[in-house]
Amino acid sequence: MAKVLVVTSGKGGVGKTTTSAALGTGLALRGHKTVIVDFDVGLRNLDLIMGCERRVVYDFVNVINGEATLTQALIKDKRLENLYVLAASQTRDKDALTQEGVGKVIDELAQTFEYVVCDSPAGIEKGAHLAMYFADEAIVVTNPEVSSVRDSDRMLGLLASKSRRAEQGKDPIKERLLLTRYNPERVTKGEMLGVEDVEEILAINLLGVIPESQAVLKASNQGVPVILDDQSDAGQAYSDAVDRLLGKEMPHRFLDVQKKGFLQRLFGGRE
Amino acid sequence: MSQTDLPDQDPVFQLKGSMLAITVLELVHNDLTRLDEQLTVKVAQAPKFFHNTPVVLALDKLPAHEGAPDLADLINVCKRHGLRPLAIRTSRTADSLAAEALELPVLPPSGARERILEPVASIKKEKPEPPPEPAYRPTKVITVPIRSGQQVYAQGGDLIVLAPVSAGAELLADGNIHVYGPMRGRALAGIKGDTNTRIFCRQLVAELVSVAGHYKVSEDLRRDPSWGQPVHISLTGDLLNITRL
Ligand SMILES: Nc1ncnc2c1ncn2[C@@H]1O[C@H](COP(=O)(O)OP(=O)(O)OP(=O)(O)O)[C@@H](O)[C@H]1O
Ligand SMILES: [Mg+2]
Repeated sequence: MAKVLVVTSGKGGVGKTTTSAALGTGLALRGHKTVIVDFDVGLRNLDLIMGCERRVVYDFVNVINGEATLTQALIKDKRLENLYVLAASQTRDKDALTQEGVGKVIDELAQTFEYVVCDSPAGIEKGAHLAMYFADEAIVVTNPEVSSVRDSDRMLGLLASKSRRAEQGKDPIKERLLLTRYNPERVTKGEMLGVEDVEEILAINLLGVIPESQAVLKASNQGVPVILDDQSDAGQAYSDAVDRLLGKEMPHRFLDVQKKGFLQRLFGGRE
Repeated sequence: MSQTDLPDQDPVFQLKGSMLAITVLELVHNDLTRLDEQLTVKVAQAPKFFHNTPVVLALDKLPAHEGAPDLADLINVCKRHGLRPLAIRTSRTADSLAAEALELPVLPPSGARERILEPVASIKKEKPEPPPEPAYRPTKVITVPIRSGQQVYAQGGDLIVLAPVSAGAELLADGNIHVYGPMRGRALAGIKGDTNTRIFCRQLVAELVSVAGHYKVSEDLRRDPSWGQPVHISLTGDLLNITRL
């Protein structure tokens, strides 16, 4: 049975596309046939991060409008056998997506793929709603700062009430937190929220913590998902997250300095 | 069509004088944040009153030194709470110009006496009926987190929440409210006016608490020594008491 994952956040620029590319690639690396779908119509950049922008002929909107078949529109990854991308349209806007059209495409993808990873646009409007509506699991990408946490909280409310699962009275969408752009020094200085703070506010299962890392920018400039840079901290952190997604118990890494509690921060822990 | 119908001269409208009863929202202070807060409480008390209700916004009683309000923002606040501003009443040029820009009619300042209106949740019946036997209303119990942007209303009874209530979430009850997770949002008990209702919470970190329309916002609550503590909140007269549990 296919699993539909949505990578969502509410707030923009927190690392959804970086995460969709990394997790999708990680699942494919572990032998699962995976497709990553870009829902950010009008601002597509998943194809850039995946390094397949020159091979986009047909996109998601073409498929919904019946101008191309799924087979024509799916772009096969040049590195991994069982990884595909469905690009967003650059020339259209979010109104080009309809609930019925998206539902048909997702259901069709679910017949041939094990994982369908939906890269949500920012916001809580139509585009973000459609990206999460058909999901079985949600990965809520959050940066350790108050406004991002608040937006994620808002998104969690929508996941619980406004999805197909909720409307059909099925088990709710499984929610997981992915804390990204985590900077240990800034947490110690009290400039950013710590893992425990965010976990306490959002009260959901923690899928992983991805450190703020130069490797991410480097990877996206080269069009290589950062998870393939297995020397990098961010790549390794994403790799652990994929293992957890598949049910493995993995200890959280790259948290060393920031493991301090509130009191230690208050009374000035070691730098 | 025959000539005898004279379609061109057949009037398609009539002008009629009328005295419409219309609610006037008279601003006493130029403070949209507080207006927003206070409207929230009023709406909670009488949701039906604030449903697409046409109003005239009276700006002529604003103290001159408080300046002209941002009309677009003011209208947004009103709309958010179900009010539909039809026109403004003002004597100030700045207000008139702002209204013109928004294509909103301007009425001259009022000389007439107006009566203060208290919105009521339901229309009062003419004949006093014998009070009905209190019907048993099951308590509403919520076990999942209530997130920012969500609202839960326990009509006619109590509300119990066994999970966190996020900042930006809102709990409403005609009866009491109990929260066993951290209470970070807004809680309004006794919204139909029952002054005997209370709010109980394990950890008071709320944005707003209100009993029968008497409220405190987090700015005041934070100064209270019971901030972050288990408390119950009740009303004596006009005074909201916060007591450690
Ligand atoms: N762990 C990280 N360390 C450093 N930079 C990061 C990290 N994750 C993401 N970034 C950077 O943050 C920016 C936004 O990332 P990304 O495009 O993945 O976010 P997004 O949530 O998809 O944005 P949008 O809401 O616009 O779709 C990019 O420049 C990316 O390189
Ligand atoms: Mg993106």
